[in-house]
Amino acid sequence: MTTPARYWREKPQRYRLEANKCKKCGKVFFPPRLVCDDCGGRGFTAVRLPEEGTIATWTVVHTGHPAFTDEQPYGLAIVEFKDGARVLMQIADYHGEGLKIGQKVQVKFRKIQAAGESGVLCYGYKAALCSE
Amino acid sequence: MRDVAILGIGVTKFGELWDKSLRDLFVEASLAAMDDAKVTKLDMIYAGCMTGGLFNGQEHIGSLMADYLGTGPIPALRVESACASGGSALASAVIAVASGYYDVVLAGGVEKMTDVSGGKATEALGAAADADYELFLGATFPSLYAMMAVAHMHAYGTTRKALTEVSVKNHFHGSKNPKAQYPFEITPEAVLASPMVSEPLHLLDCSPITDGAAAVIVVPLEKVKKDKRAVRITGFGRSTDTIALHQRKDMASIGAVARAAEAAYKMAGKTPKDIHLAEVHDCFTIAEIMSYEALGFCPKGKGGEFVLSGATRLGGRIPVNTSGGLKAKGHPVGATGIAQVCEITSQLRGEAGQRQVKGARTGLTSNMGGSGASAVVHILEVNK
Amino acid sequence: MIGIVGYGSCIPRYRIKAEEIALVWGANAENYKRGLGLTEKSVPAPDQDVITLSVEAARNALKRAGVDPRKLGCIYVGSESHPYAVKPSGTIVAGAIGAEGHIHIASLEFACKAGSEGMYIAYAQVKAGLIEYGMAIGADTSQGAPGDALEYSAAAGAAAFIMGEGPGVVATVDFTHSYTSDTPDFWRREYQHYPRHGSRFTGEPAYFHHITSCAKALLKKSGMKPADFDYAVFHQPNGKFPMAVGTKLGFKREQMLTGWLVPTLGNTYSGASPIGLTAILDAAKPGDKIFMVSFGSGAGSDGFIFTTTEKLKAVQNKAPKTRDYLDKGKIYIPYGTYAKFRHKILRNTESE
Repeated sequence: MTTPARYWREKPQRYRLEANKCKKCGKVFFPPRLVCDDCGGRGFTAVRLPEEGTIATWTVVHTGHPAFTDEQPYGLAIVEFKDGARVLMQIADYHGEGLKIGQKVQVKFRKIQAAGESGVLCYGYKAALCSE
Repeated sequence: MRDVAILGIGVTKFGELWDKSLRDLFVEASLAAMDDAKVTKLDMIYAGCMTGGLFNGQEHIGSLMADYLGTGPIPALRVESACASGGSALASAVIAVASGYYDVVLAGGVEKMTDVSGGKATEALGAAADADYELFLGATFPSLYAMMAVAHMHAYGTTRKALTEVSVKNHFHGSKNPKAQYPFEITPEAVLASPMVSEPLHLLDCSPITDGAAAVIVVPLEKVKKDKRAVRITGFGRSTDTIALHQRKDMASIGAVARAAEAAYKMAGKTPKDIHLAEVHDCFTIAEIMSYEALGFCPKGKGGEFVLSGATRLGGRIPVNTSGGLKAKGHPVGATGIAQVCEITSQLRGEAGQRQVKGARTGLTSNMGGSGASAVVHILEVNK
Repeated sequence: MIGIVGYGSCIPRYRIKAEEIALVWGANAENYKRGLGLTEKSVPAPDQDVITLSVEAARNALKRAGVDPRKLGCIYVGSESHPYAVKPSGTIVAGAIGAEGHIHIASLEFACKAGSEGMYIAYAQVKAGLIEYGMAIGADTSQGAPGDALEYSAAAGAAAFIMGEGPGVVATVDFTHSYTSDTPDFWRREYQHYPRHGSRFTGEPAYFHHITSCAKALLKKSGMKPADFDYAVFHQPNGKFPMAVGTKLGFKREQMLTGWLVPTLGNTYSGASPIGLTAILDAAKPGDKIFMVSFGSGAGSDGFIFTTTEKLKAVQNKAPKTRDYLDKGKIYIPYGTYAKFRHKILRNTESE
């Protein structure tokens, strides 16, 4: 994830949420797949996930991943998009507010991790709660 | 194809075992199992270990253990399926013996987790999830199960009280197990007072970091027909599911366990009602609740009510995790699946002492990996 | 018509009040608030930096421009807090907005005017007919040294502009001018964490001299007077300087209010006058004349005269407005959280 080649290869997904859609049955995959796990199809079209989604489930992590100690406690949610795809994302700017299944979120571009003090910076997606 | 049986079991103490190494632990459990089975030769070793690499910088576990067990240059393999490594090692051993190719096979499991920092352990365990799309983004195992708990509570009204009861019950059981990491009872208040790990799961909803090992000796049933201490393995089932929680069709259930159980019941010719006791995978309290449902012990969505009814406590209709479960006994990842089988074997032999379930004849073990991406279920029966 | 076809900004949600900072250093908050003409400033979250702010501002600009990102001929990101000392921020912006490939990208540095520099160069490329559309971003997450006066004002934000030609232009660039000299008012040596400055030397010989020189030349070039303008925006390191220089040049307070964001935003360095410009564009009507002069220490000023077009009205609501970023959804934090977010706390380096 934080080595140059691996990070670079994942850019289309991390930066632009590029997914793919099975030509046979229409299932959307993020990240893109080589074979559809529903119908076995091998033909896909390139699609991008939408900017907005809703929270399908969530938690607030108090004792978390060592790379995110600055952000503890941080919100985590599985965001569902209207084409059916689901993506796990941190909640951007989480500061103790309540999280609910069904809440609308907007995808933002944020820094996810850094490979130490001198390694590559890894950017990606987080979910910002849409204000009422 | 032959029927198979377990002839010997061995379990080390579980805990923070500072002076025991990875290889020492496996050898200790294996020697105990071989002695229990009264065998001195093995035909093959399957060693379940989630990640000797990330915890200990050690791969090639099969050869390492065959070497240090001193049973000669026999075939030996590591079996890995995250937290289901142990159960998977047993299933491989069962198939090896049932096939007729091997007669005396050791299925062991081991994990040495306390040499690394808590942060590194979190990362190592996280490798059982989707490294690129879960772990990288800050998901830890507690957080994945916490999200399953939130989904389960939302869908079925499962309560915080039900989660607490799983922990309290398993500690009650564990207080009777001298090999457990935490052989003492806890109160519901203590569970809620323990630090929040990932909402709604507190520290005492979570199984600990543990060192330990367990081993069983698997042999053809025809060779031990008269041995009352042999325990028959009459069914097993294995299944997988999506690696990432967010790709599951239903995030509030464990389909892999349900499918593995279905296959095991079918092979053994049993239904959930026939099971007298079970060891299930309570890596987190919610996991036990979802396991009841997946194993068919109660209807879908009713797992919370089921534990609150007392049905799964010692003395209840179907005691679950009399060993103390992963919560009180400890969870040395690779060893867990084998330790579960050792507990059921002890019970079916009538040798479980203070934890004995009266009249136990048919038992079940359910061992799963990650957030439910793999599962292996075994059904064991007395040899009488 | 050549000029701005799209614009956008991005300001973090977190804020810290002057009182919080003063409390820690045993200072008098009111003195700083009065002296600096500001009450609070924006703070970037731990996962925000010049690149993430630039991407969001760029995406907002693209929404307003309605332009295919693959048609961008350049992306310039100007900042004094680029996340990489070597590797242009613009490459990652290009990746995020889908503009990689046949495009010219550079990181610019000129203290607080690196953003307006990018605008200057992108406009020139379009005017020269070398590219169809050019993007320029001014963004900073600059740090003020703990206990220094600049700690009260060093803030975070970004503004992005897309320059182009034709009917899509929402504000024409009518005149430009740049004035530069070697003036050591504020600097940061390589490998130093915080900048240093010449205290009162940063005023008259630096800020005022360069803005005034550039502004007077721009007015002369255009044959216009301050009263001809609907809006004026100057570099805003604190609340007082832009008002003082504007007044000195002959502008009225009312002309400068819309672009004057610093009292509740702080100094966004390379974003300062550019973000001010986005606030003006959010509010302006077609046919309005805008006067903008930036300032970057070291020192220099870039000046622009814009005229808004009929097209502006249609795009204003296509992306979040700058005042909404500034006024809505604010999250106030204490100094400890601020110090943690801004990595001012010594940590253990990674161990086994």
